[in-house]
Amino acid sequence: MALQHYRLPDVGEGLTEATVMSWLVAEGDQVAVNDPVVEIETAKSVVELPCPYAGVVAALLVDVGKTVEVGTALISVEDGVAAETVPAEEADAQSEAPAHAAAPSQATLVGTGPRELKATRLPRKTAENTLLVAPPHEADPRTLAKPSVRKLARDLGVDLASVTPTGPDGTVSQDDVTAAATQQGGWTGFLAERGETRIDVTGIRRATARAMVESAFTAPHVTEWTDVDVTRTMELLERMKTMRMFRDVRMTPTVLIARAVCVALRRNPELNSSWDEKNSQIVRKSYINLGFAADTPRGLVVPVIHDADAMSTYDLAVALTALTQTARQGKSSPADLSGGTFTITNIGVFGIDAGTPILTPGQAGILAVGQITKRPWVVEDRVEPRWVTTLALSFDHRMVDGAEGSAFLGDIAEILRDPGSTLILT
Amino acid sequence: MTAPNAWTPRIVGPDNQGPDVPTADVPTADGPTLDVLTPDVATSEVPTPDEQADGIETVQLLDAEAHPQRHATYSPQLSVDEVRHAYATMFLARRLDTEGTNLQRQGQLALWAPAKGQEAAQIGAIAALRPTDMVYPSYRELAMVMHRGLDPLAVFQIMRGITHATWDVEAHRFGVFAFVVGAQTLQAVGYGMGITLDGADEVVLVCLGDGATSEGHVSEALNFAAVYKAPVIFLVQNNQYAISVPTAQQFRGAPAARAGGFGMPGVRVDGNDLFAVHAVVAEAVSRARAGEGPTLVEAMTYRIGAHTTADDPTRYRSREEEDVWGARDPLVRTERWLREHGTEDGFFADLAAEGDALATDLRARVLALEPQGITDLYEYVLAEPSAALAEEREQVTAYLAGLEGR
Repeated sequence: MALQHYRLPDVGEGLTEATVMSWLVAEGDQVAVNDPVVEIETAKSVVELPCPYAGVVAALLVDVGKTVEVGTALISVEDGVAAETVPAEEADAQSEAPAHAAAPSQATLVGTGPRELKATRLPRKTAENTLLVAPPHEADPRTLAKPSVRKLARDLGVDLASVTPTGPDGTVSQDDVTAAATQQGGWTGFLAERGETRIDVTGIRRATARAMVESAFTAPHVTEWTDVDVTRTMELLERMKTMRMFRDVRMTPTVLIARAVCVALRRNPELNSSWDEKNSQIVRKSYINLGFAADTPRGLVVPVIHDADAMSTYDLAVALTALTQTARQGKSSPADLSGGTFTITNIGVFGIDAGTPILTPGQAGILAVGQITKRPWVVEDRVEPRWVTTLALSFDHRMVDGAEGSAFLGDIAEILRDPGSTLILT
Repeated sequence: MTAPNAWTPRIVGPDNQGPDVPTADVPTADGPTLDVLTPDVATSEVPTPDEQADGIETVQLLDAEAHPQRHATYSPQLSVDEVRHAYATMFLARRLDTEGTNLQRQGQLALWAPAKGQEAAQIGAIAALRPTDMVYPSYRELAMVMHRGLDPLAVFQIMRGITHATWDVEAHRFGVFAFVVGAQTLQAVGYGMGITLDGADEVVLVCLGDGATSEGHVSEALNFAAVYKAPVIFLVQNNQYAISVPTAQQFRGAPAARAGGFGMPGVRVDGNDLFAVHAVVAEAVSRARAGEGPTLVEAMTYRIGAHTTADDPTRYRSREEEDVWGARDPLVRTERWLREHGTEDGFFADLAAEGDALATDLRARVLALEPQGITDLYEYVLAEPSAALAEEREQVTAYLAGLEGR
């Protein structure tokens, strides 16, 4: 039985690294040639990699979220082929070049990127060119540990390489990691790695940075906020959850807040506009495309529900569920992510009350919704526990005056305080 | 490297010694229609995605639902058997295309340019040629390579980066893949002008994409072809994208519309309609053979996969668009037609099995490929190397000899 390693190829042209997004198989799974086994993200794309071997998955060698260089073994597969019957070309590859000792048995001849080329440079026969000889490349022997143990080590701030392995075949066990963490006294493991890490700004991080700078330094932001007693909205939500028609959808406060925003935008169209610098015009939109800031494994993205104002509450709930799911899976299409006219960001999910949101470039307003908690609230001269949230609205002062922004925020607050006021305001 | 070709090429179209594709037999509206298509089906009014706002007609003989369409100038010219053969090559090419993508993802190929979705445009066009007619491909014509009976391994050798070409261009009447976008159009026109000088009755089919029409030298080629009445058919596979740039951002005048400006007919055809592509190219071939000069055929198709394995189409086009075009898949359409014309499940099952076996065999042969010596670079470009080139070759050889393990 031979253990085969599938190494990260260069799936683009000259890419040197990729991040493991998700594993599509588990240890012990049976795989066939070309079965997709792992999803990776490179600087250019997210792709599923097809397994070059058939057999049983022996180990997943890279944790989700980790970025590895081209040539790193991703997965090992027990191919069920006796070692003696290694195909001729593999044997040749091994005997021919000792420098390739660490190379995969199914040698990848291409897609090895610049770093790999350096590592496999052949030594020179003559002495006069020694200056050109690459320093011997001593590959770090990889510490052996299961993915769960690796995660534990990361969580506890333990450097795996510093742990004495006592597990089978020299692997680091869970106990080894816990023992090491106790010895290190918890935080010391973290402190042991003091210093600076330099992270390349690429992909969504770069896009976010660019958008934020563009927005913050072109649109003069004004932020206003208000606390609202949303008890009646929460009661309405509970009632809706018990209703037959909403049984199959995920009903969250965000759905009702989105509805409130649509109603308020209709009454205050200044907030549903964009600034056209070139033509010195304000572009007022009669349609409402609501963006929702979402924290995804790939970073901050803002998927958009198009024509949200034309939707029923039910349709809005369905669209919102689908949109967030797609975004979390990192599969939003360009259409999903563009064309927004107003953005809602729910910072309450992080347990935060309020903040000053930065506008999505080209939009006039953004609403940050804080956490909804029971707080003491004065009701008819008595202090009562009520469901309260904080709404924070940033708007572009070029297009929206304080009076307009305040009226808009006041409308949203009023609808959430008394959902029945929708009947009055629309 | 000299392993036998593991599959049997299907012959479609006029044979080597056959007569010209008969001009006289191209029926008119009230002329005869071959009975391979039932003529009693009403014309569909549903607009197709390729009927664009520029007012140019798209020739279609089989719509997306595999319903026959009547056309005033063109009619289907393929028998059921010929369609079966054409479908087989299209199907097998797609199977190997998938294998190519997978092999690239496994580090065995430097690059792969998927042809998925363009099979009807390729096979419909090449099937209208005689085997003696010259073809200048771009770099996505795997189906054409297979149609000409070449070992598909040849394409994999190129994409593995170990050789420029493996086949004898003259013997197979099939040019090398052109990676300089559009360069093949000049070669094709030059070859076509040579045919005229020789007084031969051959024609040249040259493949290019919508993106290539934005290249300056393609305009030069079109102009020369028209001026010299070269027997050249320019097959523009308009797959809607030049890498990530949609056609709307590439040109205002469609390739079919521009042909008139160069002084040659331009015909737009549904590139996912095997019958229409074949009929339109066959007519262009007749004209060229009769000395009436070049034609530009714009085959409206869609690259279902990425431009190459190095890009991610989800970043520049919508799922909705992919769904619309996915419903127009040439393989699905041709399969439906075949089933409606008495082709049984067994045919498709056998083909699927043949495809899997072909892919497995090809995979094994790709893994066994040896890199060629780098000094091969100096062998094939010039018949007699220049002094400078010979010196360079010596230097490279000496350098390589100074390395251990060689």
